[in-house]
Amino acid sequence: MWSPEIPAFVPLLIGALLALITRGWLRGAVTLAVIVVSGLLLLQVPAGTSVQLSFLGYDLMPYRVDKLSLMFGYVFHIAALIGVIFALHVKDTLQQVAALVYAAAALGAVFAGDLLTLFVFWELLAVSSVFLIWARRTERSYVAGLRYLIIQVLSGVILLAGLLAHGSATGSLAFGYIGLDGVGSWLIFLAFGIKACFPLLHNWLTDAYPEATPTGTVFLSAFTTKVAVYALARSFPGTELLVFIGAAMTCFPIFFAVIENDLRRVLAYSLINQVGFMVCGIGIGTALSINGAVSHAFNDIIFKGLLFMSMGAVLHMTGRINGSDLGGLYKSMPKTALLCIVGAASISAFPLFSGFVSKSMVMAAALEEGYDWVWLMLLFASAGVFHHAGIKIPYFAFFAHDSGIRTSEPPTNMLTAMTIAAVLCVAIGVYPQWVYQLLPFDTGYNPYDATHVLTQTQLLFFSALAFVWLNLQKMYPPELHSVNLDAEWLYRRFAPRLIGAGFSRVWQLDRNFREWCLSRITGLINYLAQLHYPGGRGSVTRPTGHMVIWVAVLLAVYLWLLLSFPNAAMVGH
Amino acid sequence: MAEKKHIFDDPKNVKRVLYLLYTCCGILFALDFVIHRHLVHPWERLVGFYAVYGFVGCVVLVLIAKWMRTFLMRDEDYYDREELVMKSGADGGDHVES
Repeated sequence: MWSPEIPAFVPLLIGALLALITRGWLRGAVTLAVIVVSGLLLLQVPAGTSVQLSFLGYDLMPYRVDKLSLMFGYVFHIAALIGVIFALHVKDTLQQVAALVYAAAALGAVFAGDLLTLFVFWELLAVSSVFLIWARRTERSYVAGLRYLIIQVLSGVILLAGLLAHGSATGSLAFGYIGLDGVGSWLIFLAFGIKACFPLLHNWLTDAYPEATPTGTVFLSAFTTKVAVYALARSFPGTELLVFIGAAMTCFPIFFAVIENDLRRVLAYSLINQVGFMVCGIGIGTALSINGAVSHAFNDIIFKGLLFMSMGAVLHMTGRINGSDLGGLYKSMPKTALLCIVGAASISAFPLFSGFVSKSMVMAAALEEGYDWVWLMLLFASAGVFHHAGIKIPYFAFFAHDSGIRTSEPPTNMLTAMTIAAVLCVAIGVYPQWVYQLLPFDTGYNPYDATHVLTQTQLLFFSALAFVWLNLQKMYPPELHSVNLDAEWLYRRFAPRLIGAGFSRVWQLDRNFREWCLSRITGLINYLAQLHYPGGRGSVTRPTGHMVIWVAVLLAVYLWLLLSFPNAAMVGH
Repeated sequence: MAEKKHIFDDPKNVKRVLYLLYTCCGILFALDFVIHRHLVHPWERLVGFYAVYGFVGCVVLVLIAKWMRTFLMRDEDYYDREELVMKSGADGGDHVES
C-alpha cells in the first residue's frame, strides 16, 4: 500500500492536515502516531531510491535517498517526535500545524535531488517556521518574525537566482557537488550561507529564536540551520573558504554568549558556534571531517534541543528567561536542572556524552590536514562553549544566587521529551557505533582512546577552574539587563536611520526647490504690482494730448509708406 | 513556615564541590606524566598544554567579552524604543480620561 517512492515529507504533511481538523488529546495522539509511522516507513526505504521526472526540459529528481540524506531524515524524525511531545500541553492549532509543516519542509529539502525542489522546500521552511515565532503573540515577536521572514525569503530568492544562473551555465539542476565557480554557484553558496548563519549573516537567528514560543524554539533549533549544513555538505564539500568561515563561526559568538543576559539568546549564539564546527568540517572535506560534521549535526539537534527545552521549561514555569532574574531554581525544578546538565555536558563534549564522539572528528581532521591555527581556534571554541553553554546556562538558571522564585517541575510531557533527549545524548556518547554506522563514510574512527579522553577532560576541567577562579575574583561579568550590539545593528538601527536621513535630505531639497519657485513667482507679482502702484511706471496717467501726437505719428508713417509704395494700395484691391 | 534547607544553602557543600574540582584538576594535570599520549602536533607535547590552554583561553574569553561590553552594551529597550509601536502612540485619539 505504501511505496518507498512516496517522499518522506508526505506523511508529515498529512499529519499537519489531520492536526488542523482534530482537537485536544486526539490531535496529540494523531501527530505522534504520524511521526512514528513516518519514521518507521523511512527505516524501510533503502539508500539509492529516487524519483525522477522531466519539467521544462530539465530532469528533476524530487526524491533522492542516499546515506547522507537518510541520516538527516532520521534525526529530523527524532527531533519532530521530541518537539511534539514537548509541546503536547499546548493548545494552539497555529503552532502545532506550523511545526509539522516545518518538519515536512525540512524532510523535503534534505531528500530533494534537484535545486528547484530544494528551492520550494527552502521557502516552505521559512514560511512555515515564522508562525512559531508569531505564535508568541507579542509585539516584539511580531517584528522579530517579520525580520526573520524577510531574511529567510531573501535567502530563497538568492537561491532561485543562483540555481537559474547555474542551470543555464551547466545545463543541469542536479543538487550535487557544485563548488565555487561561476556567479550561479556563488549565489547558491550565499543562499546556503544565510541559512547556515555565516558571520555577519547570522543575526536572524539570535534575533528571532529567543522571541519564539518556549516550544517553538525547540523546533526552530532543529531544522533550518541543519538543512543548510546538509546543503553545504552536499554541494560544497572541500571548499577551503568554509574552513575559515567555520572557524570564525565557532569563535565570535562565544564572546557575545558570555555577556548575553537572555539565556535562550545565549543558546542561539552557541547554536552558531556548533554550526561553525560543522561548516569547518565540511570545508576540510576529508572523509573523517565530513563524517564529523554530519554526526555533529545529528548530535547537536538532540543536545541543543534538550538545552532549548530546559530553558523553555524555565520560561514556561517562571515567565522569565533573563539570567539576571533567575537563579536557585534547582530547589524547585531539580529534574529539569539535571536534564539541563546532561545537555550541557553533551554540548561541551564531555566523555560519555554525545558531543564528545562527533566534535573531535572535525578537530582531528583539522590537525591532519595541517590547519594548525584553525585547530587552535576550534580548541579555544571548545573551551568557550563549555564556558558559556556548559556552565553559564545551568549555573545562572538553576544555581548562582537564589532569585527567590519558587515554582514546580514543568508538565510531564515536557519532562518526558527532555528525558528522551537526555537518554539519547548519553546513549550516543556511550555507544557511538549507533550513529557511526549511519555515517556516509567508513573511517574506523575511535573517540575513546586514552589521549583524547585525557586531553579533552583536561581542557574542560581547567575551563571550569577558570570559571570558578573568575567568579571568586569577582571578575566574571554579572548578568545585566541590556542589549548587546551585533551585526543586526546595521539593519535595525543604522539603515533605518540612513534611509530616514536620506529621505529628510530629499524632502529638504524638494522644499528648497519649491520655496525658490514660490519666491520667483512672488517676485514677479511684486514687480508687476510695483509697476502699477502709485509712482510705478505702469500707473503714470498721461494727458489726452499724448494720444493725439501718437495718432499724428501713425498717420505720418502711414502717409510715408503710401507715398513710398504707390502700387501697394492697388494690390489690396 | 521555614523553607526546606537545600544542598547548596550550606556553604560547606559549595566548598566541597570546589575542592572536588581542584582535586580533579590536580589529578588530570598529573596524569600527563603517567599516560602515554599519541600526539600529532608539537605544541601538544608541552606538559599540561590542554590544561593551560583551557584555563588561559577561558580567562581571555571572559576578559575580552567584558571589555566588549564597554562599547556594545545598550539599554534593554534600545531597539524597542524605535521598533515597537506603543499602544498609547497608536491610539485613535478618542481616548476618554477617567
